[in-house]
Amino acid sequence: MKSLEELKQIRERMKDKVALREGANDTRIVVGMATCGIAAGARPVLNAFVEQVNSQGLAESVTVTQTGCIGMCRYEPIVEVFQSDKERVTYIKVTPEMAERIVREHIKGGRPIVEYTIGAAEK
Amino acid sequence: MIRTHILICAGTGCSSSGSAAIGDALEEQLALKGLADEVKVVRTGCFGLCALGPVMIVYPEGTFYSRVTLEDVPEIVEEHMLKGRVVDRLVYKEHEGQELHEVPSLGETGFYKTQLRVALRNCGLINPEQIDEYIAMEGYEALGKVLTTMTPEDVIKVMKDSGLRGRGGGGFPTGLKWEFAAKNKVPQKYVVCNADEGDPGAFMDRSVLEGDPHAVLEAMAIAGYAIGANKGYIYVRAEYPIAVKRLDIAINQAREYGLLGKDIFGSGFDFDIETRLGAGAFVCGEETALLTSIEGNRGEPKAKPPFPANKGLFGQPTIINNVETLANIPQIILKGADWFSSMGTERSKGTKVFALGGKIVNTGLVEIPLGTTLREIIYDIGGGIPGGKAFKAVQTGGPSGGCIPASHLDTPIDYDNLTAIGSMMGSGGMIVTDETTCMVDFARFFLDFTVDESCGKCTPCRIGTRRLLEMLDKITHGEATMEDLDKMEELCHYIKANSLCALGQTAPNPVLSTLRYFREEYEAHVKEKRCPAGVCKHLLRYEIDPVKCKGCTICARNCPANAISGSVKNPHVIDQSKCVKCGVCMERCKFDAISKK
Repeated sequence: MKSLEELKQIRERMKDKVALREGANDTRIVVGMATCGIAAGARPVLNAFVEQVNSQGLAESVTVTQTGCIGMCRYEPIVEVFQSDKERVTYIKVTPEMAERIVREHIKGGRPIVEYTIGAAEK
Repeated sequence: MIRTHILICAGTGCSSSGSAAIGDALEEQLALKGLADEVKVVRTGCFGLCALGPVMIVYPEGTFYSRVTLEDVPEIVEEHMLKGRVVDRLVYKEHEGQELHEVPSLGETGFYKTQLRVALRNCGLINPEQIDEYIAMEGYEALGKVLTTMTPEDVIKVMKDSGLRGRGGGGFPTGLKWEFAAKNKVPQKYVVCNADEGDPGAFMDRSVLEGDPHAVLEAMAIAGYAIGANKGYIYVRAEYPIAVKRLDIAINQAREYGLLGKDIFGSGFDFDIETRLGAGAFVCGEETALLTSIEGNRGEPKAKPPFPANKGLFGQPTIINNVETLANIPQIILKGADWFSSMGTERSKGTKVFALGGKIVNTGLVEIPLGTTLREIIYDIGGGIPGGKAFKAVQTGGPSGGCIPASHLDTPIDYDNLTAIGSMMGSGGMIVTDETTCMVDFARFFLDFTVDESCGKCTPCRIGTRRLLEMLDKITHGEATMEDLDKMEELCHYIKANSLCALGQTAPNPVLSTLRYFREEYEAHVKEKRCPAGVCKHLLRYEIDPVKCKGCTICARNCPANAISGSVKNPHVIDQSKCVKCGVCMERCKFDAISKK
């Protein structure tokens, strides 16, 4: 190691990889992963969110996790976004393709995507 | 892309309860379910809750599973990893019947809430076999800061201002020790890490080495820069195979990255470290004996002065620091002396790691700010005494320390307070005893240990401790007189005053402190030939109550010494001359007719 810069590079590279262990963050993206969710394709959706959160540089502030069945199996895959100071937002029939936009517009931009939510479907 | 980390403890405690096989089984099951790319298994150092091992924690949720078995692995993977359902029955709960949603996060449990982790900060959080994970946690930044922005004098000033004192037992100010060595202007000096942790019941240094070895290497390099040394030795006992292995891995990784070796950070400073394995002699934890052992000689202490800071390893100025002391140093450099000295008491700054053992619910490793009371450690963090029994005393400082009775439970722990009440900080072992412990027998246990471990170089220790043990034997056999008690006390003071090294100077402490606080127990053994706790076999009598005895013969049939006689349906009798006091008859009796007196 010849410089502090080299050390810093390793630290930057590793930081995201250990950020998970700091526990749950203020913003949580929770994917329903019960049998119903998995059958409807929640697994690739979960992976898409993990990838998007990392590629958009949010790994230190956003936690992606999973939960069981919340009872609305017909709407699976369901993804909910919890933020400590806001109402929770429930997205339904989520596909891996929707993950990029949800992370970009909702998580980063602060604007929930109304047409993906359960409210829009039940109108 | 990894979304979940399963951190499984790979410290010695959990390894002995099978965590290695569980880690492998987890990886196998994850691969089977196609989750190998999403869930990562990380083997870490000790979490501290050794009593509950094997333990694991799942991030990002922070779910803490305890007492996991191999059979639980498929369920954890299937339910938690695949379906996102926490396995309720394995979650660590603070009390029976706690509902899952009532379970606090790990940091909020009684065990962790009041702890403050400085030396143990990475233990249970990083994989100690990967230098990159240490670097992610600000590893080697303190070394970088020291080499690029500070002079050796600056470093020593920070250490002095921080108020850090040696964590191995002596409590000597670390900065001062470094200053003494730095003042000797000679070309060759050494930095030695004392990892010869030998107190029965102490395992804090082992846990630091197993959980965060790079912190020790980094601190040694900092010490080397401060005093002008470019060679370090870690003297670690061979009985710590996991620690030795991880140290070797860490040293090799640090060399590969150029964090040990020539011209570190382009500063022109060279430093390298080697390990030396000790054969497990307790006396080698004494610094002069340790240095003699590294030199390749029989590990025997030498008279001080000269102190090692002036004339140490191979006759050169040497500083010896304990593992836990070193583990604090990178944090002090990064966060500053003021941060460190804001913790603790007037003359004892920072935090201290204690190994809790004996009659306590949460056997394990805790780190608390100095000044915390014994009551908080034993009841709030340690969870109290199991089985609703009464607390009797706690032994701090291992065989060199003393016992502290219930009347001093509210003493804030620091170096000076513990010395004032007749014990010492020592390396930080804490052995808790309850009402079923005989204090004479307890003192005898430690004396037995020091008699074995005395190196034999000086007479007061070699012969004095042996005579002391014989006197204790006499007491536990009910053969001593009150005059013997006085002689014993006199001998204790003689050994303390005349022994060459700390081993002998402190060996009588367990006897003196039990005499001071539990004299009535000694007197009961001597005057009444009775052991109040019912431990000393030679003073026990098992008796059968003729009213309660139904003559079932089960005791007579199970007695290994054929000491019980009697016919069917008639009360039995124990022949005291044949009885070996094994207690089998009392265990087997279904009518509660046998009592111990």
